[in-house]
Amino acid sequence: MPVREIAGKTVEFDGEGFMVNPDDWTPEIAEELAKEEGIDQLTDLHWKVIEFCRSDFQTRGEPPTLRRITKAGGVPTKELFALFPKGPAKKVARIAGLGKPQGCV
Amino acid sequence: MKKLLVLGAGTAGTMVVNKLSHVLDRDEWKITIVDQNETHYYQPGFLFIPFGIYGKNDVIKPKRDFIPPGVEMIVSEIEMIEPEHNRVRIAKDNRYLNYDFLVIATGTHPRPEETPGLTEHEWRKSIHDFYTIEGTTILARHLRHWPGGRMVVNIMETPFKCPVAPLEFVFLADWYFHTQGIRDRVDLTLVTPLPGAFTKPRAARLLGNILEEKNIAVIPEFFVERVDPDQKLLVSYDEQEVPYDLLVTVPVNMGAEVIERSGLGDELNHVPVDKHTFLSTQFDNIFALGDAANLPTSKAGSVAHFAVEVFTENFLRYIDGLEMIHAFDGHANCYIESGFGKGILIDFNYDVEPLPGKYPLPGIGPFSLLQESELNHWGKMMFRWMYWNILLKGKEMPITAQMSMAGKWT
Ligand SMILES: Cc1cc2nc3c(=O)[nH]c(=O)nc-3n(C[C@H](O)[C@H](O)[C@H](O)COP(=O)(O)OP(=O)(O)OC[C@H]3O[C@@H](n4cnc5c(N)ncnc54)[C@H](O)[C@@H]3O)c2cc1C
Repeated sequence: MPVREIAGKTVEFDGEGFMVNPDDWTPEIAEELAKEEGIDQLTDLHWKVIEFCRSDFQTRGEPPTLRRITKAGGVPTKELFALFPKGPAKKVARIAGLGKPQGCV
Repeated sequence: MKKLLVLGAGTAGTMVVNKLSHVLDRDEWKITIVDQNETHYYQPGFLFIPFGIYGKNDVIKPKRDFIPPGVEMIVSEIEMIEPEHNRVRIAKDNRYLNYDFLVIATGTHPRPEETPGLTEHEWRKSIHDFYTIEGTTILARHLRHWPGGRMVVNIMETPFKCPVAPLEFVFLADWYFHTQGIRDRVDLTLVTPLPGAFTKPRAARLLGNILEEKNIAVIPEFFVERVDPDQKLLVSYDEQEVPYDLLVTVPVNMGAEVIERSGLGDELNHVPVDKHTFLSTQFDNIFALGDAANLPTSKAGSVAHFAVEVFTENFLRYIDGLEMIHAFDGHANCYIESGFGKGILIDFNYDVEPLPGKYPLPGIGPFSLLQESELNHWGKMMFRWMYWNILLKGKEMPITAQMSMAGKWT
């Protein structure tokens, strides 16, 4: 899905559904992407994590790992799994409009 | 005299001092290397020990045999790096070692104590590891008399060194239990936080097929929170459970504690560096090489080898005040032992995933890329000889540091 309409904007995505340009992101887009991930309502805690990931990306140039969100973002891993079920690092990166986390090679 | 200090005499540190001692002027440079250990372990050999293919003596040699004349080696624990003062404190005699340039090559190491339940009363009884010499030799003893049951091999967290080692372990376990005549009594499962057998799509597909053929189950995207040693369960953060009779774990891997103490690491104590030049993002006279660096490529000896080649060329320019023009591309080259005398070879970098083809000579090989063959298995077995005799000593290898597309089918 290269380019598509989302929350009133035309946005470019990569083959795996991650936004290509983090600057295109808006909170409204996040709400739409969250729904696609099966999260109907973004709570304050969701937003806290999303905002941490975006600001961390600004300074470090890559989406944070799970361990980093826990250690530097101060949200326990267990809670992250409750907020963003299955793979929180990947899921929050997608909702926050960041690229796919590097993971392990 | 200018001082080059290398921390860690493992694969990367040993290669660096061998390369640089040949090209740096001895009247101008003093090279020192520090390691806490007298013994060099050939870590890729740890994989073969549980199955009786190698013994302990096949994987150890004295570190000093690989340190070239003219390089000072100090055996001591490294206690603190003080970049503001360009010095390092070591345990031996509480000495300070000053440097003009520092190379950090302290590697990455298993930390089983990071996972609750792992290192309690069942550690090295029903829970084992093969990433340390103690772990792998104890596991060998255990497997000789193991009657069969549910064997689970699991990866706690990424990144970890040699990302193909757990796969090789299950392939070899399948072969081993066949030869022991008990394969029908063994249930083999690989539990991983990754989305599949490997991260890159084409290799993941091939490896996934081989796992299926061998009747090895894979449970992907499983993030372990704790181990219940009494009930013998892996428990994930989202409260799923995987039961085992025998757990072989790849614990969380973290860089050396001295990196954390010195404030030089990320969450896993890996040193943030420029991914093309290995220069620290914090200090312009510190480099990190090998597993110690936070590069987005595999943590493997072959990567360290290519990295050291690029680093050597760049370092000679850097000390003369010139720009570092050679860029490391993340080149990795790994033999994957697949059991029954066969192996697979993969060759890739930051941008290009493992592809099928022939290596190192396009169209000729002799090794086949992304395909099982007997020759690839021999490549893996020959690697030990190459490691001790060519790689560590910094001699020229008949392959290039940069990945080549020649011979690959896209
Ligand atoms: C089971 C297994 C299988 C593997 N298979 C392969 C394979 O098939 N192919 C491949 O290419 N790679 C393989 N690897 C990976 C390979 O062994 C490593 O990537 C490689 O050794 C990294 O080199 P290094 O110099 O960065 O770290 P290391 O070789 O681990 O060296 C680090 C050194 O630093 C020293 N050190 C650390 N902290 C301190 C301190 N505080 N004070 C003093 N000294 C310190 C240590 O004693 C050690 O000697 C495998 C690894 C394992 C565990």
